[in-house]
Order: sequence, then structure tokens, then C-alpha cells
Amino acid sequence: MDYKALGLVAGIEIHQQLDTKEKLFCHCPTTLREVDEHSGEFFRYLRATESEMGEIDRAAKEEMKRDRKFQYYTYDTTCLVENDEEPPVPLNDEALSVCLTIGKMFGMTPIPQIHTMRKLVIDGSNTSGFQRTALVAVKGELPNGGEIETICLEEEAAQRVKDDLFSLDRLGIPLIEITTSPCMHSPEEVQKVAEYIGMVLRSTGKVKRGIGTIRQDVNISIAGGARVEIKGVQELDLIAEVVRREVQRQQTLLAIRNELRMRNALVAHAASQDVTGLFKDTKSAVLKKAKRISAITLKGFAGLAGRELQPGRRLGSEISDYAKKCGVGGIFHTDELPAYGVTEEEVVRLRSHMHAEEQDCVVIVSGANEKQAACALNQVIIRAGHALSDTPVPEETRKMLEEGSTAYMRPLPGAARMYPETDILPVIVGETRWNAIVVPELLTEKAKRYAKDYAIDLNYALQLASSDKLPLFERAIHEKIKPKLAAFTILSTATELRREGIEIRAVSDEGYLAIWHAVESGRAAKEAIPDLLRSIAAGSPVDAALAQLAPAISRADLETIVKKIIATRSDFVKEKGKAALGPLMGLVMEEVRGSVDGKLVSEILRREIDAALTGKSG
Amino acid sequence: MSCEYGGKTHKGIYITSRNDMAVVKLSSGYNIGVPPSSCTCIEQTVPSTPRSRVVNNTPGLPDLSIVSTGGTIASRIDYRTGSVTSQFDASDILVAIPELAQIANYRTLPLAAILSENMTPAIWQELARAVHAEIRDGATGVIVTHGTDTMAYSAAALSFMIDTPVPIVFVGSQRSADRPSSDNAMNAVCAAAAATSDLGEVAVVMHATTSDDTCAIHRGTRVRKMHTSRRNAFQSVGIPPIGSVAFPSRTVTLTPDAVKRGTHTLALHDNLEPHCALLQFYPGMTPDLLRAYEGYKGLVLAGTGLGHVSTLLIPAIKKLIEAGTIVVMTSQCMHGRVCDRVYDTGRDLLNTGVIEGGDMLPEAALVKLMWVLGNVKDKKNAAEMMQADLKGELNRRSAHGL
Repeated sequence: MDYKALGLVAGIEIHQQLDTKEKLFCHCPTTLREVDEHSGEFFRYLRATESEMGEIDRAAKEEMKRDRKFQYYTYDTTCLVENDEEPPVPLNDEALSVCLTIGKMFGMTPIPQIHTMRKLVIDGSNTSGFQRTALVAVKGELPNGGEIETICLEEEAAQRVKDDLFSLDRLGIPLIEITTSPCMHSPEEVQKVAEYIGMVLRSTGKVKRGIGTIRQDVNISIAGGARVEIKGVQELDLIAEVVRREVQRQQTLLAIRNELRMRNALVAHAASQDVTGLFKDTKSAVLKKAKRISAITLKGFAGLAGRELQPGRRLGSEISDYAKKCGVGGIFHTDELPAYGVTEEEVVRLRSHMHAEEQDCVVIVSGANEKQAACALNQVIIRAGHALSDTPVPEETRKMLEEGSTAYMRPLPGAARMYPETDILPVIVGETRWNAIVVPELLTEKAKRYAKDYAIDLNYALQLASSDKLPLFERAIHEKIKPKLAAFTILSTATELRREGIEIRAVSDEGYLAIWHAVESGRAAKEAIPDLLRSIAAGSPVDAALAQLAPAISRADLETIVKKIIATRSDFVKEKGKAALGPLMGLVMEEVRGSVDGKLVSEILRREIDAALTGKSG
Repeated sequence: MSCEYGGKTHKGIYITSRNDMAVVKLSSGYNIGVPPSSCTCIEQTVPSTPRSRVVNNTPGLPDLSIVSTGGTIASRIDYRTGSVTSQFDASDILVAIPELAQIANYRTLPLAAILSENMTPAIWQELARAVHAEIRDGATGVIVTHGTDTMAYSAAALSFMIDTPVPIVFVGSQRSADRPSSDNAMNAVCAAAAATSDLGEVAVVMHATTSDDTCAIHRGTRVRKMHTSRRNAFQSVGIPPIGSVAFPSRTVTLTPDAVKRGTHTLALHDNLEPHCALLQFYPGMTPDLLRAYEGYKGLVLAGTGLGHVSTLLIPAIKKLIEAGTIVVMTSQCMHGRVCDRVYDTGRDLLNTGVIEGGDMLPEAALVKLMWVLGNVKDKKNAAEMMQADLKGELNRRSAHGL
């Protein structure tokens, strides 16, 4: 596909959790917890508030269409700040330093006086109803010639457990938000830029690792389409696919609009009716429990409501997403009926009641009450109206579904969602502080250096540089371990063991280092490394694993040592008889420096004492 | 205005100046502080006219009056300092919390716009007069919006100054009204429900728990702010709350102890003697501190335990009393009753003429002392009143538990 000709313009926002000791606005640790460890729970309602300019943000207004009751889990690692029951502490300086460092790596300019803002978010993911965020630096450069527009320091939102239940362990972890200009023009380019930024972030060594610690939002538009923000793409590999599918969606929406116009399609409120009575005896479970069913005839929409926009998504799905904002389960449209328990006969009756002609599509919404049905019907009219308007692609925030398709979340938020955070004083970033920031070596540079200095294959070095065990590797080098030995253990041995199902993460850095030192000093054989790691991963202390699996002294050596000691103390042995075992045991253990199992020592020692006493040689 | 920064031109709205930096709101909504020299003004905005705030009345609903004094329930950002101050008035509250319109019709009276730490006995008097006038003019209940810091003092003051046939409900919020999670809306809705209920006394209505499920109704003379920031900071001390309001159902439940609507006839006794003080004793306190209160008409001591101060202070207290100051002993324990007949120091205190304050909260005792001394000139009479229960501030017997 010729994306340039389509006018594809894309930008990304990268959100990366920072690995700081404490959260951004309280002194809690940045530790994630298991849900069943929660120590308490509470619930709250949220309501939209006006910005300081006296407006209510459009995204917040949309969220207000439904009951905003949210439940929260607390932990012994969360505090009253996460509960929104205590004013925040000043902005975490460690987190600010990381952001400034990253800003400097991109050649950005810091904001001299940083103001923390409240970004209105009333989907429940923030107990306060806003996410605290501060603009830290502006205007940086990307290798593709594109621009990093801004770096913001934000607080992470609470993790959704299920529906309107949230877990507070994640709330408040510092998050860096990096926003590029709309400088990318192909799906692959978007993915490449995301990869590059991710690499720069990891080069600081101060970002969290693992699933969910980095999330990409992608902004996409094509000529004639509109800016759409797709939130929360967690897998880097999916970014290009997400872009491709969004282009497809926008293209199809444009095509549908043209077709609708050719058919003289029309969306009018007057074409709606209460049809509750028509479904009095329906077998459809959804319609049966509805208190109020409303229908609207979308003139000229037949076949188009059911047209696929991207895999698994139709125009009908888009309309349904809008209606769901009123709390209804969704909608039915005649392009997909009969189905879901609605019979052919009911469809015929509905179409005739609604005076629907062949080219028309009838949409039905079912609500728990009249108000809900009216709200949903209104949403249907709004979304169907977009489809034939001059802007058939509405500006939206969308969420990613599996495989890279997306669903509507809410309108794009505007500037009205920002309000100053009155509880936090502005922070001054002076020239002295900025100049003192040391820019860390990029991981790609580091890999090149490793490849050259340690004669490691470049690909191997790249893997190593982006591994979360990089600090361990650097420590090993510092402690004079052979680079190849350390690299091989980290990249190959540990990976194989993990695939075997070994809990390799249980092995501490000290464990690895002890093994390497043992190998380097000849105390353990290289071949013993996998067994040593297995044993330590299974819970053995490092010393015990070494003693058991890497006896540096062979049995024959041990026998020689024992014989020597008995020979030099033959009088003592004769005098004490078998009772000589205890004192001699200590002497032997001292000689072998604890690297042999005591049981073995006592076994051989006992036999050799017996032999000495009976005059026979063992 | 436009600002040159980082080799780029940023357009935004000039908000204010802070610590020599120009605070500019960018089109993204972010505020940044930049050197004023980097900015140029391109256009002067015309201040927009304030939107009209119209509140419609519904026939058949009870008439309530909202008297606003300020506080967090009515606070917004102040660009002078960047922190929150009280600027809302009662009609703003009605627009911000539309559910209130389902409960009653409201008259609104902005009396003050202050943070409650700036409250004074003189404002309590103004407030009492205003509330009295509202009830006299037909309000079937009055809501007083108030900062939470000293709300308990004001509630106690109005308890003594007004005999009321209708509920007078104090309400505030612990989290500012400009945040989506503010407790102001639920507290205000519950306060309105309580103000239309069968209650007939001065009360404080605030969150009962950290969740948005229930508000407690506290007696004005037995309530205390017991936490700096939590929603359920207000607790009844010495008695259970006199009722509760469920949310969002707005069901009001009153205990048999609550004074019912219509029990008392409306009356105003708005005299106060402001020359009264409250002093908390601590180990090592020196007599010179007490001498600072020479000339005061009344002094409430928050003593330790059963109501003690060190022996060293007793001569100074004796001197105060001899010079005409009424001294009342309460306990900094908060829970429980003073008894100065158990230990020697207690007996010595009684001998100097200190009045035992029973189980009154120190703050309630202070407010009561101001009121008693404002209305009764005779010392003996005043002492007797301090030991009598006037508005539920003093229990004759101590129930179990805390």
C-alpha cells in the first residue's frame, strides 16, 4: 500500500514506568502486588469538574453519561495519598532527574519552572479523578529527522482489576511520557521510532522492565480522515499492524461516506420510535429483560452498518460503542439480524413497523429504563450522523483490542481537561542542575563497545545490552570475570533453563557472581554451571550448591589428605582410638576449607582411623 | 501571548507571574513557567462576561436556606498564590451539584468567604443572626457551608446561641470542590437531606467512612475533627452520632437521642464574651504562661488525664481565679470525664475554685464559656451553668466504650 499517497501521518506517545525508589507524589514503594494481597477496599463516585477556564472537557462529559461508582483495593504498600485522602508530597526528585537525563539524551530544552497539572480522567483509574502530570522538557530530535515534542512526568494510573474495580498498587508510580511530532509516514517507521525511543529509555538503567511497564499510544490520520489516538499498545511488534488497521478503518469509513451520500442516506431523530411492544414475546434474552426498546431507521445504511472496517470491526460496532457509553450492553442492527435470539419474523415486523425500505437499516437499543434507552438512541444518531458527514472519521481516543484492531473509548480530550495541581509547588530547573546531568551511553553504543573490546558477536552484544541483566554483566566485568563466560551464562544458559521451567529469576546477582568466581578459580567446572543455577533457583544457598555440585577436591585427593594427617599424628590416634575422629575431623575440614561435604570427610576419616588402628592400610 | 523557548515558538495564554517567571497556559493545557523576557504579547483577551447561573424552583419542595461562609466545599484556585481559596458562593454550589435541586428549593446567603481558621467569635455572632433571620423568614432548615478546620467550634457556638425548631446543618468538604473526587457533592446532598429531615438541632453532616456510602449526623456540641485530611475526619466524641444519611438513597435515620423538629421555639441569644481562652497543659509548663491570661474573663484548661496540671501551676491558677477569671477544667484525653477528687493535685485545683467541666470537649467548653459569660454576669450562676447540660454538650452519665 502506498501510505505516502494516502497521506498517512502518525506520531507516538510512549509511556514508560520509571524504576525509582518511591512513587511520584508519596513515599510509597513502586512495588506491584498480587490482587489477593489487598488489605482493604473502599468505593467512590467521580464527577466532572470545570477547568480553571470554566469549561468541562468533552471526554469527561462523555464519561459522565454513566454512573461513576468505582471500587478500590488498598495494600500495606499504599497510603492515604493513593486513597485521595492526603495532600501529595513534593514531586519526586529522583524521577525528575531521570526525565531530565532522557531530555538531555534527545537534545531537548528543559522548562525553567515546572508546573504540575491535573489532567482530568474520570474513568476511575485515578482515585482523585485526575492524573498529575508536568511538562518537563520540549523539542528534541529523532534519528529519522522527526521531533520529540515534549517530555512529561506523570503518575501511573491504578490498574483495572475488573470492570470498575481498581488496584492501587500501581497508582502513582512515576511515568515518563514522550510525545513525538506527527513525523512518521509508514507503519514500519512508527514501529522503528518506538523501538529507538524504547532503547534510549532503557539506556538510563532507570526504567522498569517487563510486560505493562511500557505502553505506546499511537496518533494516526490519513488525508480526509481525522486524528485518532490509539491507547495502550503494549507489544512493540504490534505497532505497525495497529497503524495498518487504522489506515484501513479510516479508508473504509471514507468509502462508506461516499456510498451513503450516493444513496442519499439520512439520519433523523424523527425516524425513531418506541418498539417495546413489538418484542413482547421475544426469545432474545437481551430484549426480554429490557424495560424500554427504541428503534431508529437509518435511511440508506443497509449493508453498510455491517461492512467490515478492520478485522472483527464493523460500522455497527462503532455505533454500538457509542451507545455503550449510556450503560447499555450494545445495539442490534438489521444487517446482523436475525440472530441473538431475534427471529426472522420479528425482523420483518420491525422493518415494516419502522417503514424501512430495502436500502435502510434499522437499529434497536434496549435500556433498563426510558432515560437509558433515550441516551443510547441519541448516541446512535450522533455516530451514524458522523458516518455521512464531512468528517466521517470522528476524532477519538480508541483502545486496542487483541491482534491490533481498536474500539472507541471517548472523544479526544481537549485542553479543558487541564487544571493546575494546587497542592504542589512549581519546581525550578536551574542551569547548574541541567549542566551537571551526565548523559549515559546508548545501549547500541555500549553493544558496539562490547563487541569490540570483548570480542563478542555484535548481535550477542546487542542482546546483552538490552537485557535486564546488563548491570550484572557490568559488575562481572568489574570483578574481572571473563566477559564471554558472563555473557554466555546470561544469554544462553539462563534462557535455556527458563525454557525448561526453572525459576531462574530466583538466582540473585550474587549467586551468578559466586558461580563465575568459582569457575574462574578452578573450584568449579564450567560444565557444572547449569546444575549450580538449577540448585540455587530451587532454593539452595550458594555455598551448599557449590559444595554439593562442585567439590573442588576429589575423593582421591581427600583420601590422601586424610592419610597424611593420620600419619603425622599416629601417636594421638593410637592413644585416643576411635575417639580421635572428632579432633581430626576439625583438622581435615580446615585443610579442605569446607569445600567437601562433612559427611564424606567423616566417612573416609573413620575408615582410615580403623585401618591405622588395625595396622592395615586402607 | 507567544513565547520563544527551546528554539520554538509556543503560543499560550498568560496566566500569572510566580517567583519572577511568567506562567503560560499552552494550547495543550499544560502550564509552564518561563522567563518573562522570552514572551511577547500578541493579543489582549477581552474578559468574558460571567455566565448566568439560574436556579429554578420546584413547587412542593421544602424551602431551605444555604448560608455560605467559605471553606473547601466552595474553594477554587487562586492565581495569586496558586493554592486554593474560598471564592464560590452558595449559588455556585447549586449549579455544581444539580442533585440538590431534587431535594428542596433554596435561598442562598453568602455571609463570608473565608477559610475557617480565620473565623472569629464576632463572625459566629453574625452567622447566628443570619441563620436566625432565615428561620424566622420561613426556612424549614438551614445549611451552613463552612471550612472544616473550625467547623466544630462554629457548630457549638450556634448550638448555644440559637434555640431552633428546625435543623441547622453544618457541612464542608475535606477534598477541594475542584477535584472530581471531592466529597463536597455527597456531603452537600446528605446535608440537604438532613436539613429536610425530622431533626431539630444544630448538627454537622460529613462522610462517615472513607467510601461514598454514608454521612454521619453529629451533634454540634459533641463533634470533633479527628483527622487532618481523611473524608471521615469528623467523629462524635462521648456519644454516638445522632443519625446518618445513606448515599445515594438520601435516607435519613435519626437515633432516639436526636432532638426532633419542632421541639424548641425559635430564639436568639447572641451575646458572647470573647475574652476567653483555651490552654493545653504539658509537662514542664511554667506559671508565666498562665499569667498571660490575667484579665481574661474565662479560661478553659485542657488538663491531663482526669483533669490535672502540675502542682507548680496551682498558685498561678489561684491568683487568676481570685482576680475574677472563671477557670474550667477539661481533659486532653478527649474521651471520658474529668474528676478532680481522686488525686491530690485535683483536690488542690478544686480548692482554688477550678470548675470541673465534666465530659465536655475542651473546644465546646471554651465556646460555652464565652456564651455563658456573655449572658450571665453572676459568677456563681455562670459556674452552675458550666456544669449543667444546655445543648447536649455535657452527659450526666458516661456510657460504655469510647
